[in-house]
Amino acid sequence: MMAQLVFYIFTAVLLFSAVMVITARNPVHSVLFLILAFFNASGLFLVAGAEFLAMLLVIVYVGAVAVLFLFVVMMLDVDFGQLREGFQKYAPLGGCVGGVLFAELVLAFSHWEMAPGRAAPLAAPGLTNTAALGGLIYTHYVLLFQACGLVLLVAMIGAITLTLREKTTGRRQNITRQHARTRADTLEMLDLELGESVADRGGFLRPKASYNEIAVPGSYGLVPENPQDDAASNREKGA
Amino acid sequence: MNAAIDAIGLGPYLFVSAALLVLGVFGIFLNRKNIIVMLMAMELILLSANLNLVAFSSALGDLSGQVMVLFVLTIAAAEAAIGLAIVTVYFRNRGSIQVEDVTMMKG
Repeated sequence: MMAQLVFYIFTAVLLFSAVMVITARNPVHSVLFLILAFFNASGLFLVAGAEFLAMLLVIVYVGAVAVLFLFVVMMLDVDFGQLREGFQKYAPLGGCVGGVLFAELVLAFSHWEMAPGRAAPLAAPGLTNTAALGGLIYTHYVLLFQACGLVLLVAMIGAITLTLREKTTGRRQNITRQHARTRADTLEMLDLELGESVADRGGFLRPKASYNEIAVPGSYGLVPENPQDDAASNREKGA
Repeated sequence: MNAAIDAIGLGPYLFVSAALLVLGVFGIFLNRKNIIVMLMAMELILLSANLNLVAFSSALGDLSGQVMVLFVLTIAAAEAAIGLAIVTVYFRNRGSIQVEDVTMMKG
């Protein structure tokens, strides 16, 4: 009785928040209702006895996916009024498709029975849910598990590649040019009198053009129009 | 078989998950212009699939269903990350997330 009560409470809140996700005017509210929906779904998982998945749902969905949604919704300065325009237009069509789909699902779920020779349970009894899941994942499903890791890796690389912006003011080295440099290009040997400092001879300050030689084009500001003048002015400053 | 799902039965779980699936599909129709809410509706659809898998796994006493839920969760997370990255890039290029304009990218 208690389990049924809990189940119906979770179900009611889950369906209500799912309705609010798709009808809320403000997408931020949508995301918050999505988080509520995930919490209640994890409650349903708990009732069904899947403790590990319930906690995973909270951590992965609420902790990562929903926060990602919230971040994107808040980061993009979108005119949300404009996005609501098609709401009335598509509602009848969506209602038809949804109604037909729901009717079919109800028909399917009301007339079915379990096959008699169904698969025997794979997990040993007497284990906690997490231990039993771990026992399955790392034995029967280890390849699928690793494929999941690969999917996540590809998703990570894809997301980074998509959103990475080439910056123009990065001050990055052009590695090839940096490696191709020789000592003669960069070092100037000065013979100093006793007591004379390098600053007196206009040492220390390198001509700015030399930065551009090794920088990725455009990453170190504008190339000076006349590198010789630049070097000369540096010398004067030092002198 | 789990005691709690024994008391409730498999039927209510299937109906909840069906309702969630229909709400997700309806949400995709309803928010044709707002791709972020469409992505959220897709998350709802995947959640309903997960609910079905968990209910069957619990009712049959077979943990394979829960392993599948684990994999579906992974795919859903990856899909959300990629989808939102595409939305971000699209917004950066166009200044809006009107998905109807996407057809102009056709060659």
